[in-house]
Amino acid sequence: MKQMSLNIKNFAFPVLIVALLASCGEPRKAGEKEGSISIDGSSTVYPVTEAVAEEYTAAYPRVRVTVGESGTGGGFKKFSRGEIDINDASRAIKQSEIDQCTANNISFVELLIAYDGMAIVVNPANDWASDITVAELKKLWEPAAQGVVTRWNQVRSDWPDRPIQLYGAGTASGTFDYFTEAIMGEAKQCRGDYTASEDDNVLVQGVASDEGALGFFGLAYFENNKDKLKLLAVDDEDPSNGEGAILPTLETVKNKTYTPLSRPLFIYVNSKAAEKEVVQDFVTFYLDNTSMLASEVGYIPLADNETAEVKAKWSTFISTLQPVK
Amino acid sequence: MNRTKKNRLNDSLFKYFGILNTLLGLIMLAVFIFIILQTGLSRLSWDFITSLPSRFPEKAGIYTALIGTFWMLALTIIFSVTLGVSAGIYLEEYARKGFFSRMLEINISNLVGVPSVIYGILGLALFNRYLGLGGSLLAGSFTLSLLIIPVIIVTTRESLKAVPRTIKEAAYALGATRWQAISRQLLPAASGSIVTGIILALARAIGEAAPLIVVGALVYVPFIPNSPLDDYTLLPIQIFNWTSRPQPEFQVNASAGIIVLLFLTFVLNGISIYLRNKWQKKVKW
Repeated sequence: MKQMSLNIKNFAFPVLIVALLASCGEPRKAGEKEGSISIDGSSTVYPVTEAVAEEYTAAYPRVRVTVGESGTGGGFKKFSRGEIDINDASRAIKQSEIDQCTANNISFVELLIAYDGMAIVVNPANDWASDITVAELKKLWEPAAQGVVTRWNQVRSDWPDRPIQLYGAGTASGTFDYFTEAIMGEAKQCRGDYTASEDDNVLVQGVASDEGALGFFGLAYFENNKDKLKLLAVDDEDPSNGEGAILPTLETVKNKTYTPLSRPLFIYVNSKAAEKEVVQDFVTFYLDNTSMLASEVGYIPLADNETAEVKAKWSTFISTLQPVK
Repeated sequence: MNRTKKNRLNDSLFKYFGILNTLLGLIMLAVFIFIILQTGLSRLSWDFITSLPSRFPEKAGIYTALIGTFWMLALTIIFSVTLGVSAGIYLEEYARKGFFSRMLEINISNLVGVPSVIYGILGLALFNRYLGLGGSLLAGSFTLSLLIIPVIIVTTRESLKAVPRTIKEAAYALGATRWQAISRQLLPAASGSIVTGIILALARAIGEAAPLIVVGALVYVPFIPNSPLDDYTLLPIQIFNWTSRPQPEFQVNASAGIIVLLFLTFVLNGISIYLRNKWQKKVKW
C-alpha cells in the first residue's frame, strides 16, 4: 500500500484562493480620509444607514464603514459596552440602557433621522372597512381580547358577522414594541392569538391571501404591495392633530397628523467615537443626505425645520467635545 | 398459500410506499430548485458576483459576502479538522475504554443535536468577549468549528472502526509504534470516509446564519477581509437581509444568491464524492 500523510495539501486550495482574492485591494491615494466606523442596531433603520454608507464609501473609499442588524436592543447592548460607534434605533433609548451606558462611562447623542409610518391593512376584497379608530384597535389587540374578539362585528357593530384573522409583527421586533406602546399605552401588552412573523413579507402574503385579515407592518411594505392590500385610515379621535380618520402618506406622517402610528427613527453616536474625525464627518454627511436617502428606501424624511434642529443639535454637540487631534 | 400471497402483497405495498416517499422528497427538491432558478437565474451575472452591496437592487452584488464565505470556510476547515480529527483518533485509538470515555461519547453525540444558535451564544461569550476577538472572522470560524467538531469526531471514530482490526495488528506485529500504525495504515485507509464526513459537515456550516449573526457577522461590509481579525459578512446573511426587504427586486437578488450558495454546496459534495472514490481505489491490501 502506498504511503499517505494526512492530506493537508487538499485543503491548501481554498486557502490559496482566499489569499489571492484578498490581496487585490485598491491602491492607496495620499491625503485621503481613512479610518473605520462600526454601526449596528435596528433592522428597520438598516436600509437608511446602508444607503448613507454606500454614498459615503463611494466618496471616500478608504473609510471602512460596516453596518450590522442585530436589532435595536441588541445594538444598544453593544453600544453600551463601547463595541460600536453608532447604533441605529427604531425607538428611543430605554432608561435601563442609559443606566448601562452610564455604568460603562459612555456618553452619547441622540439624532432623529426619519419617520416610519405603520400601516393598518386589510385584504382588497374587504369592502366594509375603510377606517378604524385607535379605540377599536385597542379593543381588537389588547390581551383581554384573546379568544373573545374574533369577529368583525365585535369591533364595530355595522361590520359583518364574519371571522377576523390577525397578522402582526413578532414579539421580538421593535415594530411590535412600537405598535403595542402606541395602541395599548404599554409596550408588549398584546393578545397572543394572532399570526406573528418577524418577516414583514410573510405578513404581506398572509393579509393578501385572506379575506377576513387585518394586519400591521411598516408603510414601505404596503407601498411595494399596493395591488395586493388595502390601507385603512386611522382615527385617534383627537381633532387637535387632524380631524377624522387619516391615511398614512408622506404628508400626513411628516406633518404628524397620522398619529399615533408613525414612529421616529434615530441614530445614537458614542461621544468617544465622535471625537474621531471620520465619525464626525460621516455623521455630518448622514444628516446632510438623510432626507433624500430615507425617501428612496421607503421612509418619511423629516420636515425642513426638524432637519435644521437636528443639525444644530449635532454641531452644538461636537463643539463641546475635546478638540480633535 | 394464503400466507405467501399476503407476504407478497405486503412486500409490494412497502415497495410502493418507499417509492412514494422517495419521490415526495425529490419532487419537493425539484420544485424548490425550479422556483429558485426561475426567479433568480436571470439576475445571475458576473456583475452580480463582483458588485458590492447596495440599496439599488439592480446594482447590488454578493462580492464581499462570497469572499467572506470563502474565508470562513477556509478558517473553519483549519480549526475543525485539526481538532476534530485528532480528538477522534485519540478517543478511538488511545483513550482507555471505561466509564469516563463512555460518558464523553454520549455527550459528543448529544452535542451534534444542539441548536446552532446556542453555539452562537457560547461563541459570543467566549471568543468575542472573553478572548476579545470581537466580531472578527476568527471568532466566527471558532464558533462554526465548535458547531461541526462533534460531527467530525463521530465520523472519524466510525471511519477508524471500519478499518479491519487485522491491519492494525499486522502493523504491530511488524514492530510499528501506535502512531506509525495510525498514520501509515489506519488513517490512509479511513481518510476517504473521514473527508466525506468533514465535507458534509462543512456544507452544513456554510449555510448557517443564526450563530454567526450572534457572534457579529455584519450585513453591510463594502470591503473584503484582509486578515482573520477583520469584519465580515456572509452569503446566508446577505440572502436573509434581502428576503426581508420590502422591494420585490430584492427577492430576486435573494434567489440569485441562493443559486450561488446551492452551487457551492454542490461543488463541496462533488469534491467529497471525488475524494472518496479516489482513495477507496488506492487502498488495497
